[in-house]
Amino acid sequence: MWDYLKLAGLGLVAVCAAIAANYAHDLAYQVNAITVMLAAGIAFLWVVRTAGDTKPNVQHEYFDDVIRAGAIATAFWGAVGFLVGLVIALQLAFPQLNFEFLQGYGNFGRLRPLHTSAVIFAFGGNALIMSSFYIVQRTSAARLFGGSLGWFVFWGWQLVIVLAASGYVLGATQGKEYAEPVWYVDILITLVWVAFLITFMGTLFKRKEPHIYVANWFLLSMILTVAMLHLVNNAAIPVSIFGSAQVQLYSGVQDAMVQWWYGHNAVGFFLTAGFLGMMYYFVPKQAERPVFSYKLSIIHFWALIFLYIWAGPHHLHYTALPDWASTLGMVFSVILWMPSWGGMINGLMTLSGAWDKLRTDPIIRMMVVSIGFYGMSTFEGPMMSIKAVNSLSHYTDWTIGHVHSGALGWNGMITFGVLYYLVPRLWNREGLYSLKLVSWHFWLATIGIVLYASSMWVTGIMEGLMWREVDANGFLVNAFADTVAAKFPMYVVRAAGGGLFLTGALIMCWNLWMTVRAQPARVTQNSVVPAE
Amino acid sequence: MAKPLKKELRQVETTGHSWDGIEEYNNPLPRWWVWVFYATIVWGIGYTVAYPAWPLITGATPGLLGASTRADVEVEIAAVDAANAATKDKLIAADLTAIGADPELANYAERAGAAIFKTNCATCHGSGAAGVEGKGYPNLLDDDWLWGGTMEDIHLTVTHGIRNTTDPDARYSQMPAFGVDGILDETQIGQVAEHVLAISGQEHDATAAAAGATLFAENCAACHMEDGSGDRTQGAPKLTDAIWLYGGSREKIIETVTKARFGVMPNWSPRLSEDEIRAVAYYVHSRGGGE
Repeated sequence: MWDYLKLAGLGLVAVCAAIAANYAHDLAYQVNAITVMLAAGIAFLWVVRTAGDTKPNVQHEYFDDVIRAGAIATAFWGAVGFLVGLVIALQLAFPQLNFEFLQGYGNFGRLRPLHTSAVIFAFGGNALIMSSFYIVQRTSAARLFGGSLGWFVFWGWQLVIVLAASGYVLGATQGKEYAEPVWYVDILITLVWVAFLITFMGTLFKRKEPHIYVANWFLLSMILTVAMLHLVNNAAIPVSIFGSAQVQLYSGVQDAMVQWWYGHNAVGFFLTAGFLGMMYYFVPKQAERPVFSYKLSIIHFWALIFLYIWAGPHHLHYTALPDWASTLGMVFSVILWMPSWGGMINGLMTLSGAWDKLRTDPIIRMMVVSIGFYGMSTFEGPMMSIKAVNSLSHYTDWTIGHVHSGALGWNGMITFGVLYYLVPRLWNREGLYSLKLVSWHFWLATIGIVLYASSMWVTGIMEGLMWREVDANGFLVNAFADTVAAKFPMYVVRAAGGGLFLTGALIMCWNLWMTVRAQPARVTQNSVVPAE
Repeated sequence: MAKPLKKELRQVETTGHSWDGIEEYNNPLPRWWVWVFYATIVWGIGYTVAYPAWPLITGATPGLLGASTRADVEVEIAAVDAANAATKDKLIAADLTAIGADPELANYAERAGAAIFKTNCATCHGSGAAGVEGKGYPNLLDDDWLWGGTMEDIHLTVTHGIRNTTDPDARYSQMPAFGVDGILDETQIGQVAEHVLAISGQEHDATAAAAGATLFAENCAACHMEDGSGDRTQGAPKLTDAIWLYGGSREKIIETVTKARFGVMPNWSPRLSEDEIRAVAYYVHSRGGGE
């Protein structure tokens, strides 16, 4: 019965998508509609082929298939996102790379959101979904709730990525940073996210442990808050149901404020709270040490989620935003400093008594460096939110450097550590193919980040100073183009750093591939739900 | 043997729970962490008392210091304006050609003109004022002028612009599209192009150029003059030198004659004030080619 319902639903979606493609007002919409039609068609065939198969009873096993798929997707989208990042870094340094034949598709303006979304939502999003499925099952000692709903979350998210990415290149965008997907992609995101919430909450409800582990608080706060942010920031009315254009519900400074309330908390809850959830599980597991302080985890969790949500206005200092909102954004950002560092302390101090592992275990080294970058960028962030600092740093490459020390250093490195931890366990292999390659990855990535961040500090502060330079009569001294020309050497250094980071990630992909291909199988099983 | 654990670590217990093998110590909060956290909260409260912060129904608390970024920037701008007011008045009152002779005015116009140029003009003419060769953005550093290079000429050009639709006093002229409008056929255009190559001292086909000379005299000389020396009153470029607005190769000349060109420059009045226009005109004039 359930299969027939699924078939009816998928058939309906495929037919509607075909109709939509036929009446499409713009190319991006048409391509997206055809993509949806094909996806629904393939899913339809899959359901037909497997309908009536007797499904083995798997309740005593963790749902690891979807996590394996998630691990592959994380590594794949990571490599794609880093590659596009390298391309646009080179386009900034060498504008000739915005080739004439790519105008309107492959120029910097089209590729830039492709890079940010690929890294944040495709790489980061898959990492979060996959690891939260892993963590919530293990720490609840229960199989993932919702049967194959986990597969809907996984494939739905991949469809979101493909629709959004192809849309950007063809010109479908909402024009909001980190919220570029257009209205129908936003609707799909909502559906997938609600399914994610149901699987996660459902698993927590049926847990066999008396308490909910701290990692799950962070992950749940991430899921709930991102849902709220997404719904409020994407409130818009489509111009036509057959087109990708929409009109925002808010306008002017209100729209800007909503956007940065969203934008800042996308960083706060997606890239901070969610990844702290990952850290709280994988760091103690890899270090084989208890978490440093339960008390600290409670206090910094509540302080972090309470304070983060108010910090958005610091993205709009010295704009049309009223002074009072600016003040509050800055004050909450500065108070946020210690709650953010609570996570760093808990992560680093968990290694007390296990510091010797830094010498022998490159995975621990990766996690420690990631926590170090977390600490650095959560200090840099509050500092940059101070109005006097922001008047220099705003709109400059310093911001780009700050984001990347967080994204490459914290999110990237912790995710690499998690992949190195998970892949041998998920595929039941005796350890990784090569620890030496992990070390190579570690050093390439670390040096890459250092090159990236330091070049952006130099060029950001330089351009901030050049922009504000005035002569004795109060006239500006530099043309904008002068600052662009002055930044060239640092842009080359930045691209070199990105190249090293990408190389490290490709080495990781090879290492993980060989782990699955060539390593001997492990005797003990990792996927059995423990008995009561 | 491993080093003995530090005292504080030895004493604490775990919370007693275990999740998939993970336990948690019940360590107290690090004291420095707590105190820095308290300090930021106290500072935060103090800051919100001092500065505009808490939203009320019709406004927000103004803060004890009465700070306002909007008022601050207005004060700063007013101070600069006041400091420059006397010089500005003098600049407006001065005879255009006399600006360079007065060191105070010249110095001021040079600085103001540089800032105005870099903000408004550099987009087309380049931040160094060298234009973009072959793209129709004239080089302002040389002594080859389309509409004249005296202070008065430059001032007029900046004020009203060229071939725009927003200022009736804009400088205006239009070259016919000889090919598109069917005035000359392809062979004839080729011959005219050979003539232009000849008078600009480039490699050319002498026979075709000779035929082109007649066509040039009939069709082009009215604006570009018999000898191709151009006419500044109509903005008709000189064709006998090596400076080309849209390129001086055979292909580019044929393209120009066939389709014509129509370079536009905005009128900067009223977007710029009279003193700003004078300053930027002086800046351009003093780049090296001013007459």
